[in-house]
Order: sequence, then structure tokens, then C-alpha cells
Amino acid sequence: MGEFLQYLVTGITIGSTFALVALGFCLVYNASHVINFAQGDFVMVGGMSAVFIMAAGVPMALALLLAVGIGGLTGVLLYKGGIQPAKNADAIQLIIITVGAALFLRGVAQVLWGTGYFSMPGFTGDAPIRFLGVVMVPQSLWVIGVTVAIVVALGLFFTRTRLGKAVLATSYNSDAAKLMGIDTSVVLLVSFGLAGALGAVAGVIMTPITFTHYEMGVMLGLKGFVAAVLGGLGSFVGAVAGGLILGITEAMMAGYISSDYKDAVAFVLILLILFFMPSGLFGQRGVERV
Amino acid sequence: MSANSVETTGDAVALAPGARVQTWKDVVFSARYGGFAALVVALLITPLFIDGLYQFDMAILVLINATVVIALNLLVGYAGQVSLGHAAFFGLGGYGTAILATQHDWPALLALAAGVGLVVLIAAVMARPILRLKGYYLAMATLGLGMIIYLILTQESWLTGGPDGMSVAPLEVFGYTVFDELVWYWVLAAILVLMYWIAVNITDSPVGRALRALHGSEVAADNSGINVNHYKSLVFVLSAGVAALMGGLYAFYSGFITPSQAGFMHSIELVVMVVLGGMASLVGAVVGALLLTLLPQYLVVFAEYEWLMYGLVLMLVMIFMPKGLVPTLHGLIRRVLG
Amino acid sequence: MMKKTLPVAALAAAMIGLPAQGMADDPVRIGSFLSASGPASYLGDPQRNTLRLFVDKINEDGGVLGRDVEWQYYDDHGEAGQARTFARRLIAQDQSDIVIGGTTTGATMAAVELFQRQETPFISLAGAVVVVDPVKEWVFKTPETDRMAARQVFADMERRGITKVGLISGTGGFGASGREQARDVADEFGIEIVMDETYSPDDSDMTAQLTRIRGNEDVEAIFNFDFGQAPAIVTRNYANLGIDRPLYQSHGVASEGFLELAGSAAEGVRLPVSPILVADILPEDDPQKAPSMDYLEAYEAEYEERPSAFGGYAYDALMIAVDAIERAGTTDPHAVRDALESTSDFDGVTGTFNMTPEDHMGLDIETSFRMVEIKDGTWSLIED
Repeated sequence: MGEFLQYLVTGITIGSTFALVALGFCLVYNASHVINFAQGDFVMVGGMSAVFIMAAGVPMALALLLAVGIGGLTGVLLYKGGIQPAKNADAIQLIIITVGAALFLRGVAQVLWGTGYFSMPGFTGDAPIRFLGVVMVPQSLWVIGVTVAIVVALGLFFTRTRLGKAVLATSYNSDAAKLMGIDTSVVLLVSFGLAGALGAVAGVIMTPITFTHYEMGVMLGLKGFVAAVLGGLGSFVGAVAGGLILGITEAMMAGYISSDYKDAVAFVLILLILFFMPSGLFGQRGVERV
Repeated sequence: MSANSVETTGDAVALAPGARVQTWKDVVFSARYGGFAALVVALLITPLFIDGLYQFDMAILVLINATVVIALNLLVGYAGQVSLGHAAFFGLGGYGTAILATQHDWPALLALAAGVGLVVLIAAVMARPILRLKGYYLAMATLGLGMIIYLILTQESWLTGGPDGMSVAPLEVFGYTVFDELVWYWVLAAILVLMYWIAVNITDSPVGRALRALHGSEVAADNSGINVNHYKSLVFVLSAGVAALMGGLYAFYSGFITPSQAGFMHSIELVVMVVLGGMASLVGAVVGALLLTLLPQYLVVFAEYEWLMYGLVLMLVMIFMPKGLVPTLHGLIRRVLG
Repeated sequence: MMKKTLPVAALAAAMIGLPAQGMADDPVRIGSFLSASGPASYLGDPQRNTLRLFVDKINEDGGVLGRDVEWQYYDDHGEAGQARTFARRLIAQDQSDIVIGGTTTGATMAAVELFQRQETPFISLAGAVVVVDPVKEWVFKTPETDRMAARQVFADMERRGITKVGLISGTGGFGASGREQARDVADEFGIEIVMDETYSPDDSDMTAQLTRIRGNEDVEAIFNFDFGQAPAIVTRNYANLGIDRPLYQSHGVASEGFLELAGSAAEGVRLPVSPILVADILPEDDPQKAPSMDYLEAYEAEYEERPSAFGGYAYDALMIAVDAIERAGTTDPHAVRDALESTSDFDGVTGTFNMTPEDHMGLDIETSFRMVEIKDGTWSLIED
């Protein structure tokens, strides 16, 4: 029992980070129908910025806020510099632009900060908490707590604010939204900015546990993408569920069966689910987006 | 929308048998005549301008990539089915061939055939369930399949040598061991020309028109009585088989293979070659393979700024030439010519 | 497709009795392909820094054979295919007299056949045994093997009476090869590997695997074989789980970065390290003391950080190459190769090298690895 709980806690912590990345995919996808392959690199930008701003002597709380701001700005710049100018491009060209942006961000990080790994202290210390035979670092609670808070905040944003409703309307039907007077370029800008900030949040809360590194976005982006598709592209509930399912399954696999094929779990899972539910767990069925 | 009215960009401008050949320009700019002639001439004269181990190596890598990308373009550019796992077929073909030839002493060509056969089998089995999916779900499924193959190649080190890869015995055909780069060049050039010719004929055939209709709209293609699933599967299996064949030849040529040949980044690279050169353009596929194979070699002058520049180049080309290099230039030239 | 020199120049050279290459005003060309970025940048980055700095220093001091050293370097991003291409470029295009590189075993092995065929001396910076066993005429290496590291660790366990070990390793090249070697040599020390867990190099949490190992009552010690950030995470997870059995790491974490990342969790961790890591506390009469201090001081002055063992491999490779060229008195590849093979009693920062036709690494266990324990946030030598 103790072991099971341990695997569960581990899985939920990792799963929360996947969920945050998946949410970023969702935001951008809903607004633009683009899969943003630079989403994992937003996470890197957040983590690296936080580490280096702190190293410059800025107090932690302020450094974290600045890092999230830089993440948001990166998202906005990606939209302004890469997506908006490519007005006539199809989805696949836009994907390649985001791949280019991902490599560009990695390149910038390499030049600015080098290829090393960096860490920072946990927000509330690093002394492990033990209960019921389960061990966790306080930062795990931060990761889980912040993820929950973000899901709630996003929910409120989309249901209670004008801007949020505009974003939602655009995601359902961009042409109709335009007819209703919604400025879709603002919606896109906000979505990319939010995705960038969200990625950076993931970066700063993860760094004390997982460290940060100029190439950390590669695998994280891939897992986040899997989580987003698992849940059904565009569904926020799905993204969170997808992330958690992925994290928990991986931890259980490593704990109970074998760690050799732990990484394959994600991909076997996604193939099985897509074969039986071609639009993911929470995706809209029968809608073909061309 | 009927199948033959679908206008695709680039050199694919339909010169279907039976279609009326309009002007000399159509002939010059067609993939069947102009593109083909340009390719053959370029391949014939290239050896006059290059020399040495390294330059021939680059030429050979371009030939290998171009052949893979032409076949992939049939799937991505013509049929509109994005695959983010294609490198896995390349890698699996390479490993299948290498393991049989090196560890089990199979004759080289038999090993190659078996490697290709294995991939064709896997692709044929997976084609139906995977190609049922649409858009990003399809992309995800191909990515997943690719990653599973990649992880197996990495993990089963008793068979594959693990993440550090394995050495491959040189290609031996009828008692003759192929080391010489010039021989490799001509063999691979011939394969590229053959692949190009097959692709031209596919795109000009009823199958090709069906494929293009698919890209336009599956519903329309369905309505016009085309068996959508059948053709999608056909092209999927073909492109996987070609990737496997080239993977096997690459393994023999380079004498070494690692799992990264089957990895995600290599898959992305192949798709980028298709899109950068020009979707649904056969000449574009060759140009895309040429540029992206050589690009990193030129970017080394930027040292630590290399990745940054690479990313920038990808973004700029896609922003300013979303149709890809060849269709964009093609359109430009035709406009100038009137 | 052989290396080509201008036929006229070759003829002229032959007529006046000079070797075709190596005229007095020609630079000595050293080429490198390194994984300075990509998954092995942890190893490759300090190697590039080292070569860049010390080639400059050699030139300031008058070069080699009175000629300048010209250093051409490419980053292979840890891709074996790229490594192979760059090796060709170095040999055919840049006319390198000797090549130092191949940060990872994959990158090295992808290029080995080429150096053999083109008869160009090559000093590899990769760890695995397979690089020099079987011996390849033109291929040498400076890093200790992962087999030696496993032996060192198991020997220390044997001294402490440990017989049952839980192994945990990364699935990257370094970890996978280390895992294989560890399983291979455990028997020699009467050690049984009772748990064998893996994780992928990008994993951010190994608690599940460690919980599994902790659950096995037989395990008397844990051995983590890997490099990069993952062993630091393993160390932290191990400390958090409160596992009361000793933790061993491999030489793959032998850098200051590990101490920083793992923090207080690393207290009590034991591992084999290159002498360079403990240069400060080596006794004065230790053969590695002097070269290590030279390297350390120059590197710190330039980059304001302590060097790692991996940079040390590149330092030794460069110095051995220079030594061999000086002794050969020419850059003729056959002469340089023969000189490399007869390198003897060469005190490097990794150990004392004694190359022979049968041994193209030439390190022995006494002068290379030192067992250390991490105490008070730094390395301390274990007295045996």
C-alpha cells in the first residue's frame, strides 16, 4: 500500500507538469489550430530565466514573476514574429515555423546560458515530507497546487471574462467570431502570450525538482503533446486528464512492471486510445478540421 | 469538386496523359519532362565538380535523403497525410538489414530485401487503423509508432547495440565489396532517378489524381467514387518501403547505424525537407533534401550560433515562401515569362 | 577517393627531397568533432573549452615542431551520423594531421572505420571499452573505460563486505554501456546484482525505481551508472526516500556541477574520479599532481569554473598528440601513429599513460581512478 501511494504521488507530480504543457498546447490549438512545437521550450525559457535572474541577486518571488513575464513575452513574440506574418500558410507550414522557433529558442539559450544544468531551491525548502510511508518534497505540493490553481483560473477566464469568451468563441468558429466583431488577432495574441506564460510557470515550479537545461523542452514538449492528444486536442479537461494519466501510468509501470519500457507506455497508450477513440478521450467526435 | 480539376501548385501542374499539352513552357516546367531532364543532367555533371571523401559523402547523403523525401512527399504532399514517424521506417530498414547481414551473415541483397519486407509488413498492418485518423491525430499516431520503434531499437541492445549503435559490414554483392564513393554515387543516383520516374507516373496516373483529390477534400474524393482508404494505404506502404530501402543502403554505405536515425528529430527533418522544398512538388522534394542536408555543413561557421541560425532559416523560409522553395520560384518565373 | 595533394607540388617535393606534407611553414593541423551541444554536451562542452584554450597556449609558446597549430572543430550534436560526416570533412577537406574527438562512444565508433581506412591518427574521448578492444591500428583513447569504473566501485564494495547490489542506470549511451559492463564484471568481486532498474536520460523523477529497489531487503548498496543531471536527481530522490544503504555513483558525475545540483543529498556518496577532480588534495609526490595543477589553474583562470574530468580527457589527448608529433619530428601519419603507440610514462591528468601495440589506452587502475566520498560538499579521498 505504501508503495502504491508512493507511485501515485510520484505520478501525480510528473503528471501535473505534463498537464501544464498540454494546457499550453490546448490554448494555442484552440485559437489557431496550430500545434506549437515550441511549447516545451517555453518551459525551458521560464526555468532558465528564473535561475539567472535569481543569480543576478533579484529576490526569488520577483524573479519568478519576471520569468513568467519573459515566458509570456516569448509567446507574444512567437506570434508576432512567426505566426502572424505567415498569413497564407497552412497548418503544416505553421508547425514547421514553430519547430524553427523551438530550435531558435534552444539556440538563444545555448548562447546566453550555455549547455549546463541549473537548479534552484524549493519555494518552501527542500526537507522531505513523510506521511503514510510516502515521501515527497514540499515542491511537489507546489507543482500540484499551482496546476490546480491554473486550471481554476483558466476556467474562470473562459467563462467569466469577455476576453476569455472571445477566445472560446474563436476556437469554436473563427469566421463566426469575426462576424460577431471579435478581433481574432487579439485573441491569437492573448492565446500565445498565455501559452508562453503557462509554459514559464511550469518551468519555474519544476526547476527545483527536475533542474533546467537548454534542451529540456524537447522531451517535455513531446510528452505534453501526447497528453494533449490523449485527452482530445482542444479540451482543457482532457489536457489535464491526459497529463495525469500519462504521469501515473509511467510511475506505475516503472514501479510494478519494468522501467525499461517506461517511456514506451505513453506511445503505446496513445496508439491504443486513438485506435478505439479516434478523437482522444474528451475530443469532439466526428468533427473534421481541415 | 471533381478530381481532375484540383489545381496543385508547383511542377505537379497536371500533365496527365490525355490532358492537352498547351505550350513549350508547360513541357519545360513539368515534372515529367523539364524536371526529369534537369535532375538527370544535374546528377550526370555533379561528379565533375566534386572531389574527395567528404564532398562525395555529402552528395551521397543528398541522394539518399532525396529518394526518401520523394516517396514521403507522395504521402504528405499529394495525399495530405502527415507522418511524424517516418524516420522509424528508415531506421528499422537500416537495422533489419544490418543485423541480418552483419550478425547472421546473410547475403547483402537478401538482408536488404528482408529489411524492406519487415517494414512493408509493419506498415501494411498499421496502415488501416492509423490512416483512419485525421489531421493531428494521424500525426500523433505516426509519431507514437515511430517512437515505439525507436525505443525498441534503443532498448534491445543485445540485438541492436543499444543507444551507441552498431557497426555494419560493408555491402558485398557477388563477391565484390563496395567501398568506393563513386560507385555508391552512381548506384544511388540511379535509384533516385528511378524513384523520381515512378513518382511522376504515380502522380500522373488515376491513382495520383485520386491522391490529389484526397488532399483537396476527402469527402469530395469519396463522392467521386475513389476508394480513399485503399490509395492512402498504398502510398503509406510505398513511402515506408522506400524509406526502409534507403535506410538499409545507408547502413551499408556508412558502415554504422544508431537509433537516432529512427528518432523523432530525423522524422521532423524529413517532413521539413518535403515542406521546405514544396508540397506536392517532386523537384521540390529533391531541392528540399539538397538544401537541408547541406545547410548544417554551412552553418558550422556560426559555431555556437548554429542552432539559432538553423531555426531562423526554417522560420524565414516558411514565412516568406509558405508554398515551399520550388513552387514559389516556379510561380515567379512563370509570371515573369507571362 | 584518396586524399589528394596537387600532383605538381608532390612531384616538386619529391625532387627536392622533402616529404609532401609538413613543410616548415605549414601549420600542424589538429581536427576535432565534439558533442558540444546535444545530450552529451555535459561531456563535450568542457572538451571544446579545453582544446580551444590549450591550442592557443601551445601557439603562444611557439607551437609544435616550430610550426603553428591550426585547430578545426565541429559540433556533432551527439549525432553519430554527423560525427561521421565531420570526420570525413576533417580528413579530406581540412587535411587534419591528427584528429581528437568523438565525445560519445556512438560518435567515435561511427568514425573509426574511416580513420582506419584513411590512415589518419585518431584519439577518441569516449569511454567504452569497445573503442580500443579489439585494438585498431589508428585509434587511441584517453578516458578510463566504464569497465574500469565498475571494477573500482565493486572493489570498494568488496572491501566493505557488500555482496548484493541494486543497479540503476540511464538508457542513454553512457548509462547503457556502463550497465552492461557492471553486470559483466560483478562476478569478479563476488557481487550479485539483485535489482536492475533503468530510466530515460530526460526523466525528472526516479522515485518509483528507487522505491522498488528500497523494497528489496537483499539490496546492500545502490550503484547508479550514468552522467549528466539524472544522477543528481537519483541522488536527491535517494536522500528523500531515506534509503539507509550506501549509494555509489560512476565517474560520469565527476564534476563540480554534480555537487551543486545534488546538494546535501550527495553527502556520503562514493565514486571513482579522475585525479584532476582531487588535484588540490593529492599528495605532492603523486605523478598526477603537477599536470593536474597546471591544467586546473589555466582552465580556472580562463573560464572561472573548475574543470571536469571530461575536459581532462581532451587535455590529455592534446598533450599526448603534441608529445607524439614532437617525438616523431614530423606530421607524417605513420610516424605520428608509431609515436603515439610508444607513448610511455606520460603523466596526464587522467593517469599515467603507457601505450603499447596491444593497449591503445595505456591507463592502469593505480594512477587513474581514485575512490572518493563526498563529505561537506566536496570530494575527499578514501584511504584503503
